[in-house]
Amino acid sequence: MNIHEYQAKELLKSYGVTVLEGHVAWTPEEAAAAAAKLPGPVYVVKSQIHAGGRGAGRFADDLNGKGGVRIAKSVEDVRAAAEAMIGHTLVTKQTGPAGKRVNRVYIEAGCDIARELYLSLLVDRATARVTIMASTEGGMEIEEVAEHHPEKIIRVAIDPAAGIWGFHCRKLAYALGLTGKQIGAFTKFVTAMYEAFIKLDCAIVEINPLVVTGAGEIVALDAKVSFDDNALYRHPDIEKLRDESEEDPKELEAAKYSLNYVALDGQIGCMVNGAGLAMATMDIIKLYGSSPANFLDVGGGATKERVTAAFKIILSDPNVEGILVNIFGGIMRCDVIAEGVVAAAREVSLSVPLVVRLEGTNVALGKEIMAKSGLPIISADNLADAAEKVVKAVKEAA
Amino acid sequence: MAVLVDANTTVICQGFTGAQGTFHSEQAIAYGTKMVGGVTPGKGGSTHLGLPVWDTVAQAVSATRVSASAIYVPPAFAADAILEAIESEIALIVCITEGIPVLDMVRVKRALSGSRSRLIGPNCPGVITPDACKIGIMPGHIHKRGKVGIVSRSGTLTYEAVAQTTAAGLGQSSCVGIGGDPVKGTDFIEVLEMFLADPETEAVIMIGEIGGQSEIDAAEFIAANKVKKPTVGFIAGATAPPGRRMGHAGAVISGGKDTAAAKFEAMRLAGIHVAESPAALGSTMVKALRG
Repeated sequence: MNIHEYQAKELLKSYGVTVLEGHVAWTPEEAAAAAAKLPGPVYVVKSQIHAGGRGAGRFADDLNGKGGVRIAKSVEDVRAAAEAMIGHTLVTKQTGPAGKRVNRVYIEAGCDIARELYLSLLVDRATARVTIMASTEGGMEIEEVAEHHPEKIIRVAIDPAAGIWGFHCRKLAYALGLTGKQIGAFTKFVTAMYEAFIKLDCAIVEINPLVVTGAGEIVALDAKVSFDDNALYRHPDIEKLRDESEEDPKELEAAKYSLNYVALDGQIGCMVNGAGLAMATMDIIKLYGSSPANFLDVGGGATKERVTAAFKIILSDPNVEGILVNIFGGIMRCDVIAEGVVAAAREVSLSVPLVVRLEGTNVALGKEIMAKSGLPIISADNLADAAEKVVKAVKEAA
Repeated sequence: MAVLVDANTTVICQGFTGAQGTFHSEQAIAYGTKMVGGVTPGKGGSTHLGLPVWDTVAQAVSATRVSASAIYVPPAFAADAILEAIESEIALIVCITEGIPVLDMVRVKRALSGSRSRLIGPNCPGVITPDACKIGIMPGHIHKRGKVGIVSRSGTLTYEAVAQTTAAGLGQSSCVGIGGDPVKGTDFIEVLEMFLADPETEAVIMIGEIGGQSEIDAAEFIAANKVKKPTVGFIAGATAPPGRRMGHAGAVISGGKDTAAAKFEAMRLAGIHVAESPAALGSTMVKALRG
């Protein structure tokens, strides 16, 4: 789960991470009032969306105008900048061409920047530890740094039993070229970040840029925080920060039924049990010359309710011209799954070709139930057969 | 002999009296697995499925010989269950549970190092040696004892490999689902080492997914290893879009090697027979065995 920059900064601040003073605003008037509370004379107005590249991004209705992060030199400037952002759609490298509507802005105090660095924390699969990454190349896309200057990225893995210590931070600080009092400030900053990461069950915390001010302070100029969805059950306060307007409505609906759905741009809707088989099903559709409209993992229990919900979500995508159901039931009985598929197909009055491949116990009975249903369900014997049949059926229906 | 489990493996179930633990223990017993009891805190002293129930893993271990534990407890309590099994020095811990917080697994992984336990999973179908021992949620009836060792990150895609090798008449020596979580007990290389050392395993199917780079490490391991066995590989997710993450840090740490294309390429370089389609696992293996 992702949150906005201003929420991330508020949370990190409560753990002792240094951030600039700022206030969120939902209207230009609120933005002006927020600016009035700051010392001035320089303010920064920042669009709040769940995507990076805001500064370089442009608004869809003003493509030659300024970006999603603007410097303002007066309260009136702040109001004007907020007016140009709120309610407008910001297109950045990460939003895709459709962009994202800005509903709120963050008004922050200006800052005297001496150096821009990069700092992030994440769980590294290879070491199975929380790893801190730092780089002198702040403000740049870290993927580009990794590609062109991998030597400029420093990593420190933290032993979960011993936790974070001064030497971890000093190692990073010296590599970043920090000196004198900056080292103590950086150590305090990184230690607070690690504490927040662990206590809040974060997936990624990224500070880019991390700023060294003219006075030698270490400050988070931006903050991206995302949380481990599996751990949200122990953080009801964080769950409240969820901004549903940032999420795909079909994916939100799917989550209500514990379905794992990701919208894609192809023609064939897929319903599969298991993430690996779901991806493999998408791959084989492509091999047979079509493309998948979605990834959908129905999980272990393909009950009538869940299958119906899954059909409805798949069909709410206007690009879907056919559906492939691929269930390797294993222990689950195919007759039960078949009944679920038939009932769900009836309930949604299915209008596109449906190919069903079932594997597991009672396969014959399952096929009989589908055949006797009177519905135009095409039964498939294996994965290749299913992919071939659905691609063919869609072509014939077109 | 196969790997990890055989007809002598004695198994307890943690989360024994719950719905999942009950259902899959019944299935395991029906398959012939030597289930010797189970653990559910607060229900010690009772019997379930005709077997003893203990309050703690330590009690189970002192009462009977336990070589493995199957864990079916809900995600919030799964790390606790794994750590309890590690403390009791259970040699093989198989955790089926999906959805364990990753930082819990970071701690579990730390506790495993230097311990006497091997963990398979979490978020996996389990381990099976056909006709001998089944620990997990895989359907027993699709398996056939034979010569192919299968190791996979994905559950139902493992079943696909099993069904195809059974249909091809090859059968399986053992199948190991290592699980789909980023932090897990056992990775590809460790299972490949076991398969390469096992005389019953004549060939190997390895099924990976996008994300992380353990498939690349595994391919390099296979290329460098002296023992060679025909190996078939598949990576799921060639058509999956790049992950929509907020930060870029996840992609950086794997150095851009986490795409299906990069993994397929590493497999080809290692001499692994790549199955172009997930429906061609069995047929690719038949060809690989012909040489």
